[in-house]
Amino acid sequence: MTSAIGEPNLTAIAFFGLFIVLSLGITVWASRRTRTADHFYAAGRSVTAFQNGLALAGDYMSAASFLGIAGLVAVSGFDGLIYSIGFLVGWPIVMFLIAEPLRNLGRYTFADVVATRLRQTPIRIAAAIGALAVIAFYLIAQMVGAGNLIRLLFGLPYEAAVVIVGVVMLAYVLFGGMIATTWVQIVKAVLLLGGATILAGLVLMRFSFNPLALFEQASATYGPGVLAPGRQVTDPIDAISLGLALMLGTAGLPHILMRFYTVPDAKTARTSVGYATAFIGFFYLLTFILGFGAMVIVGREAITKVDAGGNMAAPLLAEVVGGTPFLGFIAAVAFATILAVVAGLTLSGAATLSHDLWVNVIRGAHASEREQFLVARGATILLAIVSIVLGITFKGQNVAYMVGLAFAIAASANFPALVLSIFWKRLTTAGAQVSMITGTVSTLLLIYLSPTIQIDILKHAEAWFPLRNPGIVTIPLSFIVAIGVSLLRPVPSEERRFAELERQLHLGLD
Amino acid sequence: MLWPHMSNPTQTVDPALEAVSAARWRMAILLTTTMMVVYFGFILLVAFNKPLLGTPLVPGLSIGMLLGVLVIVAAWVLTWIYVRWANTHYDASLRGLRS
Repeated sequence: MTSAIGEPNLTAIAFFGLFIVLSLGITVWASRRTRTADHFYAAGRSVTAFQNGLALAGDYMSAASFLGIAGLVAVSGFDGLIYSIGFLVGWPIVMFLIAEPLRNLGRYTFADVVATRLRQTPIRIAAAIGALAVIAFYLIAQMVGAGNLIRLLFGLPYEAAVVIVGVVMLAYVLFGGMIATTWVQIVKAVLLLGGATILAGLVLMRFSFNPLALFEQASATYGPGVLAPGRQVTDPIDAISLGLALMLGTAGLPHILMRFYTVPDAKTARTSVGYATAFIGFFYLLTFILGFGAMVIVGREAITKVDAGGNMAAPLLAEVVGGTPFLGFIAAVAFATILAVVAGLTLSGAATLSHDLWVNVIRGAHASEREQFLVARGATILLAIVSIVLGITFKGQNVAYMVGLAFAIAASANFPALVLSIFWKRLTTAGAQVSMITGTVSTLLLIYLSPTIQIDILKHAEAWFPLRNPGIVTIPLSFIVAIGVSLLRPVPSEERRFAELERQLHLGLD
Repeated sequence: MLWPHMSNPTQTVDPALEAVSAARWRMAILLTTTMMVVYFGFILLVAFNKPLLGTPLVPGLSIGMLLGVLVIVAAWVLTWIYVRWANTHYDASLRGLRS
């Protein structure tokens, strides 16, 4: 089959141009409403539950989920679904343990919550290390993905694509802050959910709207193995380890956690997670249809010929069932998806640098509104430059493992300290601090020693550490370290402040 | 001691707040545990009983795919249960504490 993929596509450019005009229009509108740090970081806390549900879904559904998982299902069948499911199951955990306490205890970052009754400086520094590590790896994966994707879809040079993403994202965050970023996420989420639904509908139309007929056809063409677990899950411990990192990492992603500060109260935060879980679950159910649809309608060989990893499965499918204009639309949606996710990550990185490190560590919480605002914008420019440089530096390298690494650090460094600070009155400053640093360092070290780096990238014969996903070691380790250090050196004054924290946790600052 | 409601009585403890807090965390831990059992049960089946999951129920639908969809549905249902519970019981208790 001949495909228009890789050639400049007029519809794609038109749709993408439309998205850029619309999103920059939103940014201009938002910039007039961005007057204080509260607006810049938290959209003036005026986002509704439904809007925040869409924005959370927008922040979470990256191009990796849309193109990557659809491709994985198209190439390996059932095994790809394991990822679809893993990426959803963290959301109930966010709901039950994190969303409401976070809204009531913090202002802009998750470090606010951990530091509520502990010493500011050590907690903020340790939390910033974990948060920035997560953001950096997530950003690299997104920027490299953007460069490759745009080269494949539009025929633009890699470096040009990375610079465009960096500059447009900078415009959103710098001028429009959280208000613009939230609305860009909402537009993107609607486009992505809408585009994926139409695509799935066009696929199912060919099977009289019976998904089972589609799966049956896949199994008839490629063997019943496509509907059963296969080679992806060879080591059970590695599978559980990955599952833990995906589930608990979701509840430790800084750019997701930050969204709970944009709503007026804890009840709205709760309702918004309900919407987000519904949207994200629906989206991952669609990946079943898109993946098997691409497998049957486009064919595995045609998919892997364009991109060995299968990442072009969904765009190819769009071209076959909807023609070149629909391919253009889906390509533009994928580009918009990357832009929006990168903007969310940059904003949360800027909050960590300016609110956690500058305002609370360097200035001892004494910074004027004007100064906070200036530093936040300076940090945004810095992060945009860093992300462009990282995107270009990592050109041509295999960065697929970096999203998994980001989830593993989030689950090991951020999640244990966050949960213990909410639940456990004996947690001390030293316990939380050592836990966050242990989580970051041990995850980085074990990933470096894992087969992913040692065998796949450095081409060594063996790896020191047998698992590709360190979560099963690093998550319990961070919990044990936090509990052990806190019990060995109790701090009664910090424990006494727990009663106050508990009151604020449930009732807010009223 | 991971249970915040078992606080030291020498602290400034509000028994009404403690009760609300205990109920809130009981619900959270129950639902979190259920989600983990469902999800890791699925992963363990994927890891240890591949033939079972590959068994077709009807043409086009294997046990594994059905269970996969059910894990997603379980995430929805558990989330919905929590929202329902919190909107009725938890919010009412908080209103009681505020007044």
